[in-house]
Order: sequence, then C-alpha cells, then structure tokens
Amino acid sequence: MRRRLAARLGQSIVVTFIVATISFFAIRAAPGDPFSYSAKPLSQSLREQLRRESGYDRPMAEQYLRYLRKIARGDLGYSFNKGEYVTTALAQALPRTLLLAGIALVLSFVIGIALGVTQATRAGWFDRMTSTVILIFYSVPDFWGAMIMLTIFASWWRLFPPGDIVTPVMHDYMPAWKAFADRVWHLILPVASLTLLSLAGIARYQRAAMLDVLPSDFIRTARAKGVSERGLVWRHAFRNALTPMVTILGLTLPAFLGGLVFIERVFTWPGIGSLAAEAIEGRDYDLVTGTVIVGAILVVFGNLLADLLHAAIDPRVRE
Amino acid sequence: MADTTTASRSFVRRLLRQPGARWSVIAIALLVVVAVFGPSVLRHIQGYGPNDQLQIVQLKNAPPSWAHPFGTDRLGRDLLSRVVTGAQISLAISVVAVALSITVGTAYGLVSGYAGGWVDAVMMRILDGFLAIPRVLLLIALATMADRMPLWKLVLLIGGTGWFGVSRLIRAETIVLRRSTFIESAHALGASMTRTMWRHVLPNVLTPVIVFATLSVGNVILLESGLSYLGAGTKIPTASWGAIFNDGMGSAGDVWWVLLFPGLAILITVLAFNVLGDALRDVLDPRHLHASHTPQIAEAATSATPEKNG
Repeated sequence: MRRRLAARLGQSIVVTFIVATISFFAIRAAPGDPFSYSAKPLSQSLREQLRRESGYDRPMAEQYLRYLRKIARGDLGYSFNKGEYVTTALAQALPRTLLLAGIALVLSFVIGIALGVTQATRAGWFDRMTSTVILIFYSVPDFWGAMIMLTIFASWWRLFPPGDIVTPVMHDYMPAWKAFADRVWHLILPVASLTLLSLAGIARYQRAAMLDVLPSDFIRTARAKGVSERGLVWRHAFRNALTPMVTILGLTLPAFLGGLVFIERVFTWPGIGSLAAEAIEGRDYDLVTGTVIVGAILVVFGNLLADLLHAAIDPRVRE
Repeated sequence: MADTTTASRSFVRRLLRQPGARWSVIAIALLVVVAVFGPSVLRHIQGYGPNDQLQIVQLKNAPPSWAHPFGTDRLGRDLLSRVVTGAQISLAISVVAVALSITVGTAYGLVSGYAGGWVDAVMMRILDGFLAIPRVLLLIALATMADRMPLWKLVLLIGGTGWFGVSRLIRAETIVLRRSTFIESAHALGASMTRTMWRHVLPNVLTPVIVFATLSVGNVILLESGLSYLGAGTKIPTASWGAIFNDGMGSAGDVWWVLLFPGLAILITVLAFNVLGDALRDVLDPRHLHASHTPQIAEAATSATPEKNG
C-alpha cells in the first residue's frame, strides 16, 4: 500500500511537470505575447522594454528552463490587470472554488449514484422517464442552465441573491449567525445549479455499472441463498458497482472543473473560474497560465485521492 | 459485396428500431437542412441578415412578434435569423473539429498501442498530462492568446484539444487486437507493420470510434457555445449559438426570449446527437453492457464516452 502510494505520488509529480510543459509550449505556440494584447494602453517602446525585462526576447529553450525554475519556486508570474502576483490572486480564489466545488461534487455523486442504482433496479416507466430527464439535463449547456436558474430564482422570484459570495458591504456588519446564514444563502443557487448539471452524467454511469453487475452469477447465488432484494441491491450489487465509479470520479474531475468555470461566471462567484474568465477579457497572460496549472494540479491530486479511495474500498487493488 | 449491403441494411433497421433513434435521425436531418439552406432562404424572405441592425429605437429588445418570431436582441438584430445562422456556424465548427480530433486521436492511439514498450509508456504519460488539464481552461488560455481568432483557428483549437479520450480508447482496443490470432497470421504472411495497422487493426477499432464521434459532436457544440458565451470563441458579430448570448443580452430576466430560443436550439441539437450516440452504441457495441468489472475496462469505457465540458 505504501509502495503504491509512493509510486502514484511520483507519477502525479511527473504528470504535473508534463502539464506545465504542455501549457508552456501550447501557449507559446499561439500568436502574440502578453504585451501585444494588454488591456492597458502601452507605447511601443514600453512594450519592447517589458518584453525584454520579462525575457520574452530570449531563445525558447532558455525561456522554458527559466519558466520551470520559476514554477518550482512557486512563482506563477504577475497579473498586470489586477496589479498583484498570480499566486496571491489564486490563493484568494481557490478556497472559494473548493467550497463551491466540494459541496457540489459530494452532492452530485451522492444523488447521482442513488438515482442510478434506483433506475437500474426499477426497469419500466420509472427508468424510462428518469433516463429521459437525465439525458435532457446532460444535454443542457452549463452556462445556459445556470442562467435559467438565475433568471427564475433570482430575477423573477427574488428568492436568492443574483450572485456574489456574500452581501457586499452589509456582510461585514452582520452578527456571526447572520453572516453565516448570508453565506449559505449565497451558496444555494450556484451549488444547486452545479449539482443538477453534473449529476446527470454520474447517474448515467452508475446506472450502466449496476446493469453490468446485476446479471452476474454471484448475485444469482446470493438470491438463491435467500438474501432480500434490498440487501441484494445495496450490499452485493452496489458495492461491486461502486468500484468503477471511483475511477470515474477521478476521470470526470477535469470536466467538472470545466463546468465550474461557467457556473462561477454566471453567478459572479469570485473563484478560479471567474478569475480565468476575467483573465480572458483582460488578456492577462500569466493569470491564464496560472489558472490552467492550478486546475491541472487539482485534477492530478483529485485522481490520486480517487486512487487511494479505490484501494480502500477494493481489496483486490491493495495487493 | 452483397453481404456487406445486407449487413448494413440490417444495421440501419436495428438502429431505427431503437427508441429515440428515429426521431433523433429526423431531428438531425432537419437541422442539417436548416443549417444549409436556412440562412439564405431567410435572408431572401426577410430582406436582412443575421448581423443587420434593424431600427434600433423600436426594435431594441423587442419581444417575439409575427415579424420577429424569436424577438430581437439588444442591438436590434432579428433573433430568428441569428439562431438559424448559428445552426450553420455551430454545426460546421463541431463536425469539422470532431473529424479532426477523431483522426488525430485514432492515429495516436493506434501507434501507441501497436508499438507497445517504452514508446507506449512515454506516449501515455504525455496523454495523462493532456487529460489532466481541464479542456475548458486550456481552450480559454489558448483563445486568450490568439486575439480575434478566425473561425478556422477556433476549429483547429477545439479539434486539437479533443483527441485525448479517443486515443486512449483506440489504444486499449489495439492492445487487445494485437494479441489476436488474425493479426499474428497477417504478420506471419509477411504483412508490414503499417499494412497490418492500416488494413487489419484500424477497421476493427472503428466501431467505438463511431459512437464516440457522434456523442462528441453534441459535446463540442456545448463546448463551443460555452466558449463563445465567455467571449473566447467566435468573434463578434459572428452569430454562433453561444455568441448570441454573449453580445445579444444585456441583463437576463426581462429579455427571456434572448435566453430561451438559442438555448433551446442548442439543447435540442445536443440531445439529438446524444440520443443517436446512445442508440448507435447499443446496436454496434453490445459489449459495453457488461464490460466494467475491472478498473482498466471501466476506464476505457469512460473514455469511450466523451465528457460534457471535457
């Protein structure tokens, strides 16, 4: 187990290094550099000077080495539009993203798995109807789904705030319990949107995984031994259908983060996704690279976590 | 020859017997007709195009009416013609991008799986790196650098970031095939490596690719609309489905028609491709119904389904 952990950790570090390399070359391959599109008006000579100072006139190999050294030191560059270091901006945004994404990820997995299992065990109209609804949710563009939620619940019915993380200004003057309630109130709509839009894919997988396991011989044996249908589904079939789901948890993370970008944008949730979207508008070069790298690191370590979880629930993996 | 025709005819019949497959085929056919002829026909009937600003005073954010069934946006442009033109743009982008990524992914997976050994190991680690980057973030980053991107570059970017899943899938299939007897006998008969790959392995791995491609079209439409919505996709004033929101909507709420119609167009299109993809899989690849007992196969099965936003 410990050896496996060490091997996976080493692999994660290699993958992170490859990600950094890919983002360096992919972005260098795109035309232009940060100083040709900066939102701020700069004179030609100032652009040249900035280019020289940041080393963009050096040979590619040298730039690459310098870039790796910087990343290894934890320096992701400087955001010209925000006027602060990229790591500062990211450190501020990351906990907010983790809060939103963490709750939504857990909720969408719990609800999605429960839904998938129920579908698989109840063939007939229930399965057909929920499958259709799930496929519709699966086909909804995330930003559009979020905008519909926003329009209905924040604009028309005014049940929830139209975005942001807390009530601006007033939040600082609220008593503790009210400040907490304010936070929750702002969380509900984005969490609900992200959950609704992500659970469809998970339910589809879980349903397929259950349908896979249910016809197995060991299920028939258990039924013959007199295990109740309930025990059959949850204790025997479900546990076996859960292992592929853990692998899927790791594999869906990049897509989940992708959806998060749209949700954050629509609800003006000041996390990594909003930062990335903001960076597009401002053509903020270092900030964009920084969010890509942090996003990839989240995925890599999420995968590592999924792998450990996999070992925890499946004795066959533990050797 | 006669055998192939009967086989393909029975395949079509089996496909159309799938629930939902029939209407999704009809919906896609209709969409293609609308995308090909719609924009020019509409321009002929109405006398204006998707980017023409009509009377800005009376027709700014006008709700749906007989003259403008989908209403107009904040710049006084007719939404119906924008949505119809969007069908052309968005469908074209996604079909070409998917064709590109399927080609690249198949080649990469075939080489990796067939070569084996350290070549395979290196190629797979690189792929792990690509797969770890959230595609939306990567595309945002690339689109940010290429300011005011022409359409073909956007297609190149979307296609160039979509082949990772497919090459994993192809690699897994190739590895299984490589050990099979008929590949061995092809080798024994003196077939070269390229010939074996091209003539014997490739045709046998194409089945899951067809399913993957169909589901990918829907996903790429979602992706493109999302990017354009963020302002990192098609450039203004191109009327792709995502861009209709981006530059057509001031604030949501009071202009529900700008929100509703392009969104419904995306939803119906993506739904049609997803239903067709599911049906194709049930007909072509019944294996997936009982395949996920080991993590490796589950993984391959996961990459067989393109992920929303991924």
